[in-house]
Parts: sequence; structure tokens; C-alpha cells
Amino acid sequence: MPAAISTEGLVKRFGRTHALDGLDLTVRTGEVHGFLGPNGAGKTTTIRILLGMTRSDEGKAVVLDGDPWTDATELHRRLAYVPGDVTLWPNLSGGEAIDLLGRMRGGVDKKRKAELLERFDLDPRKKARAYSKGNRQKVALVAAFASDVELLLLDEPTSGLDPLMEEVFREVVQEISDRDGRTVLLSSHILSEVEALCDRVTIIRAGRAVESGTLNELRHLTRTSIQAELVGPMDGLAQLTGVHDLKTIDGRVQFDVDTDEINPVLRRLTEIGVRSLVSQPPSLEELFLRLYEPEAVR
Amino acid sequence: MKSLAGTGGLIRLILRRDRVVLPLWIVLLVAISVSYVQEYGDLFPTPESRVKYASNAGFITLYGELSGPSLGEFVTWRLGFVPVMVGLISLLTIIRHTRVEEETGRRELLGATVVGRHAQLAAALITVLGANLVLAVLLALGMHSQDLPLAGSVAIGIVYAGTGWLFAAIGAVAAQLTASAGAARGIAIGVLGGAYVLRAAGDTSAHTDGPLAWLSYLSPIAWAQRIHPYADNRWWLAVVLLAATVLLVITAVSLAVRRDVGAGLLPDRLGPTDGTLGSPLALAWRLHRGLLAAWTVGFALLGLLFGGVAEGVGDMMRDDPGIQEMFQRMGGAAGLIDSFLAGVMMLVGLIASAYAVQATLRMRVEESSGRVEPVLATATSRWQWAASHLVFSLLGPAVALLAAGVAEGLAYGAAIGDVGGQLPRLVGAALTQLPAVWVLAAIAIAIFGFFPQASMASWAGPTVCILIGLVSAGVSTADWIRDISPFTHLPSLPGGSVSAGPLIVLLAIAVVVGLAGLVGLRRRDLPA
Repeated sequence: MPAAISTEGLVKRFGRTHALDGLDLTVRTGEVHGFLGPNGAGKTTTIRILLGMTRSDEGKAVVLDGDPWTDATELHRRLAYVPGDVTLWPNLSGGEAIDLLGRMRGGVDKKRKAELLERFDLDPRKKARAYSKGNRQKVALVAAFASDVELLLLDEPTSGLDPLMEEVFREVVQEISDRDGRTVLLSSHILSEVEALCDRVTIIRAGRAVESGTLNELRHLTRTSIQAELVGPMDGLAQLTGVHDLKTIDGRVQFDVDTDEINPVLRRLTEIGVRSLVSQPPSLEELFLRLYEPEAVR
Repeated sequence: MKSLAGTGGLIRLILRRDRVVLPLWIVLLVAISVSYVQEYGDLFPTPESRVKYASNAGFITLYGELSGPSLGEFVTWRLGFVPVMVGLISLLTIIRHTRVEEETGRRELLGATVVGRHAQLAAALITVLGANLVLAVLLALGMHSQDLPLAGSVAIGIVYAGTGWLFAAIGAVAAQLTASAGAARGIAIGVLGGAYVLRAAGDTSAHTDGPLAWLSYLSPIAWAQRIHPYADNRWWLAVVLLAATVLLVITAVSLAVRRDVGAGLLPDRLGPTDGTLGSPLALAWRLHRGLLAAWTVGFALLGLLFGGVAEGVGDMMRDDPGIQEMFQRMGGAAGLIDSFLAGVMMLVGLIASAYAVQATLRMRVEESSGRVEPVLATATSRWQWAASHLVFSLLGPAVALLAAGVAEGLAYGAAIGDVGGQLPRLVGAALTQLPAVWVLAAIAIAIFGFFPQASMASWAGPTVCILIGLVSAGVSTADWIRDISPFTHLPSLPGGSVSAGPLIVLLAIAVVVGLAGLVGLRRRDLPA
């Protein structure tokens, strides 16, 4: 099956800053794809290019087999978008805004809209200016989920939602993915959300994809933290590949080891002789923190 | 005084944000006012000519009664509309720095720092009241520098500042009432409009010995006016204005403590569950309809006023070569009343171009607020989106000009008993302004299309044209300067001869520049 979204070497410059610096991104049809990165990494710029609002300076982007810049209008019938910071027309009610956006996309499913309003616990009669940030976010979510589209582009869609509503959001995304087979690109900062929903993730930093794959694949990139009390001197340990940040505290050695390189390191430790050993499992948080850092030590 | 903590910092913030606009309107209003002394002194050198000019019923409706024939009194009378503008600017500035701040949520951000409950309102009031004081001092100095008596010059400064103070306080009250800044503006401007209408009705009635002269006493605009600078300088009326201002400020503060930040005293009504809007045009209609209605009503009123005064102006001009010359420079037509009406039409056209630019810039407002993103993420193309707004920025001024033409035709036609003859002439004359209006709208489209961050520069178009119009009416101006304004190239209607050439050229310029702007819009990043 062809990819729902694929980009190759996207470059976007704003003056001297490179918002995107050769971004490759592939979202397979039918998957929920997590899109992660620190603030300012270029996530929103990427999504705007995929929507045909911003034009890339270099590189190629294909969305649903179309060119997002030239075929924007036709493509937009088949996709829905939720911005991270929703602003609405102050004197329109939430219900009016949902129907407006739905009709301009090609139609609103009344039953589905009513069901979603119920689930997200949103009063559609309030004027937009009376909504809190979370409620404005819900308006955009209901408008997007109520439309019959193949692809959803969600740019930090849960910012401002309470935990209960975040749970509803996860349920709905799972439904439209499992039941309706829709493709979702989910830009997010919330790791639990990404872990719960995403089949694959792409992490970008400074306008480039630094990692891409399933979460299990990414776990292999993490490091296991080891503390050990050794019988002999710790000769040659530092020279082994995959060992980082080696130090000695009160006669105990402490270091991180790349999860892929753990076997040769353990072998060397037993050769020296181990009195006691503590190992801490890899966590995604650590991986993300490490990948997010400006000058990642990798 | 904990509730005022942080006021100083907020004042600095307001001054920083308004560092261009605030000095600009002060200097502009002072300069225009002071320039009238020389201009009207030359046009009306004798007391008799002044009294005759000012005794027309239409002018009395517009500016009120002349207090006496000296040059100072005459200029003050002729500037009668400027204090109303000072009031308008003052109330708008107050609302912008109070209710708008709350509506956008910036007040919350600041309110969480060491800023007292009343600091925002106090800072806005202090700034605006202070600005009015500066305006008054500069005006007094300026007027005195034109050899007008010092006491009267101080008095006219107080007329301006007093009106500004009072309506700033009315703006402060209105800002407490509603959660929406738009509704607050509506209330405050409504009060200003009401005060103006009361004064106009009362003064007109007084002039004709009618029974409604007392209406003027209800209007703060009339209170300020009756200070009568350069005549008896009634200082006690300044005290009345000050007392009213203090009362209103106390009212605003006591309303403010009764409500939450962000909330209004008047409740927000609920809207419908389901919407009927389903297209870019329907959305644009919803966004533009209030603006369209306001401008159309305003233009109809302008038309009624000018149509009503036209005949009297004609009588007066017959005796006065100075005025004749002025209107012929503006209009150039042969018939005196026609040349007056043609001059008025150009003025109406210039104002219409301000509406055209304002409506065009709505697109920029939609863009910078982020509301354009969800719309363009639907199956709406940029062309459709822009076209839906341009319907209003191009046809809106046409509707407003039509209203002005119809109202002027009816009023003037009724005055001379020839509605059937005047109505089509004046409607035609009003609509003839459109090519020039569209040129300025097209320039705004092009700026928005290519240099969105500089969109506000579009206001230079109407501003420059209005300045050229004002200056060339007063003094003879080099042709190349006059030629900059598209309005110079319009036929002088009613009365003048029409040749299609300039109209077609203006339309062609509008089409080419406008289309270029749309191509720019299609090619650029949006939002940018």
C-alpha cells in the first residue's frame, strides 16, 4: 500500500533560520504515526507544508498521492486538521463553527457530531469567546472527527484538555484507526499518549528526522544504566563499544551501556568478577530526553 | 492603594505600544485645527461674511450656533466636529487598553504579576486623560501663536480635552458592561452618536425657535461647545465636564469590583447548536455585515446632511468669491451648487476608500488571528477565501456610496422640489467615485498579497489621498502632487463632463494591481 504521507529532503527557511533542514517523513496508510520533537523543531512547519499553507524551499512532499501545494483544495476534502492553538470567530457558537468547517470540507454527519459532542462533553451553544482553551480545542476535534476523511493531521491536539478528555481523545483516535482504518499523523509531547496510540514514531530535531520506527525498534536505541561492585580492577571496561559516562563512586563502577551492546559488556564484567550488580531498564523518557537535547551525545 | 499596584509599569507599556499612534493623532489634530485659523481668516476676512456663512441651517445642524463673529469664535465653530473626533479616539483607546486586553487574555497574564485590581483601568485612564491634556496645551499654544487671545486659546484646548476626558470615562464604563470589546465599542460609540444627535437636534430647533432646544442641554458635546472660547470663556462649564468625568470614572470602578476579570455585567447570549453557515461567502457575510451596515448608515447620514445644506451653501457662495474659488478648485464644475456637491462627492469617495481598505484588511485580521488556518484546511481554496472577502471590500463601498447618493439626492431634491431630476444625477455622481476607491482597495490587496507584515501600510493610500484633497482645496497645489491621487482623475460630478478614458484607466489599474496581489497571495506562505 502506498504511503499516506511521504516527504523527502524538505527544506524551509524563514530568513536566516532553517525551520526544516532536509526532513524525511513517511506515514504509512492506516497507521497512527507519532511526530515528536522539542519546541521549535519544525513540527508545525511540516504540517503546514503538508496542508499546502506553507511552500517548501526544497524537497518533495506527497500527501494522499497529491502535491499538497498545487492540489490543496482537492486533498483537503480527504483530510482534516486540528491546530494546536485553536482560535475561533468570537461571535459564532461552537456548533456553528463545527458545522461551518464540516460543510466547507464537504458535509457534516449530524449523528456523529451529536455523539462526539456528548463524549467530549461540549456545550455547542456557547459563543466561541466564552470557551476556555480546552473547549476551543474540543470544537476543532469534534469538527475533525465528525468528518468522513482518510487522513487526520493533529498538531498537539490535546493541549488544554483535562485527563478525562484526553482519555476520550485516545478512545476516539483508536476507534477511527482500528474501525475505520484512517491514517493519523499525531504531533505530541505526551509520551504516554504516543505510547498508547502510535504504531510508529518519527522524532525530529532542528528540522531533521533523527529517528524513525516502531517504539520497540526505538527501545533498542536506549541505554541501560548499570552499577556494579567488582572483585578486580576495571581494566578495559572504558574501551568497550557502547559504554558511556563511566565513573567510580565509593569503589563501585557506574556507567550507561547501549542496549544493543549489553552482552559483550556483561561478559567482560563477569570476567573481572562481580560482587553485586544493579541494572536499570531503558525508558522511553530517557531516549526522548537524549534525542531532544541540542547536542545529543550519540 | 494596593489595588493600583503596577499602574506605572502598565502606563509605560501603553505608551510603548502606542508610541506612534498617540503622538500622531495629537499632532495631526492640533495641526489641522491651527491651520484653520489662517485658512478661514483668508476666506472670511469680514465679520459679516462669517456670520452669513455660519447662519445656514445645515451648518447649524453640523456645527451648532456661532457664538460671535470674531475670527477665534468663527474658527472654533468651524472646528466643531473635531472635539467629537477627540471623544471617539479617547473612548476607543480606553476600550483597546482595557476590554480588548481582557478579551484576548493578556490581562490575565499581567494580572497574575504584581498588578492591582484597578491598575489596568487606571493606567488606561491616566494615559488617555494625560494625552488629552497634552493636546489641550499644544492646541492653546498653537492657537495663541496665530495671534488669537490667550484666554480663548486655553478655552478651546479645554473644549477638546474636556470632550476627550468625558468620553474616555464613558468608554471606561462601557468596557465594564460586556465581555466582548466589539459590543463595548458599540455602546460607547452609541452614546457619542446620541450626544451628537441631541446637540444637532437641539441647536437646529433653537435656530428655528422650535420647542426642542432643551435637547442640547442633555448633550455633553453641547456642554463643551458652550464654553464659547474667545467669547465669554465660560470656565464653569469646564468644571461641569470635569465633574461628569469624575462621576463616570467612579461608576466604572464600582462596576469593575462587581465583576470577574474577563466577564461583563451584561450576560453573553447563547448561540444555536447547529449552524447554517456552510461556505466561505456565508462566513464572510457574517464577519462583514456589521461593518457594512454601520458604513451604509453613516454614508446615508452624510448624504442627508450634505444634500440638506447644499442649497444654502449655494446662496452663500454667490456672494463670496473666496468660497467659490475653493469649491471650484475641489470640483471645478461650472454651477456653484454642483461644484459644492461635486466637492462633497469626492470627500464621500475618499471616506469610502477608507472603508474599502478596512474591509480588505479583514483578511489580514483573519490571518494573524489564526482563524484562516482551519478554513484553508477545508476544501476552500485561497482564491475562494480571498474572493469571499473581496466581495465586501469592493461591493461594500459601492453599497455605501449608493446610500450616500440616494440620501443626498433625496435631501437636495426635496429642498429644491426636484427629486426626480436630482436623484439619478447624484447617485451617478456617487458611484463614479468607485474606480478610484477600487484602486486604493487593489493597492491594499497587493500589499496583503506580497508584504503581509506591512498590511497596515495600506492605510497610506486613503491618508495620502485625503491629505491631497484637503490641501488642494485650501491652497493651489502642484499638478504632479494632485495627480498622485486617483480621485483627481475622476470627472467632477454632478455638473462636469464625463470622458470614459480616465475611468477605464483607473479600472484597469485596479484590476491589474488587484489580480497581481491575488497571485502574490496564492504564492506566499499563509499564515505568514
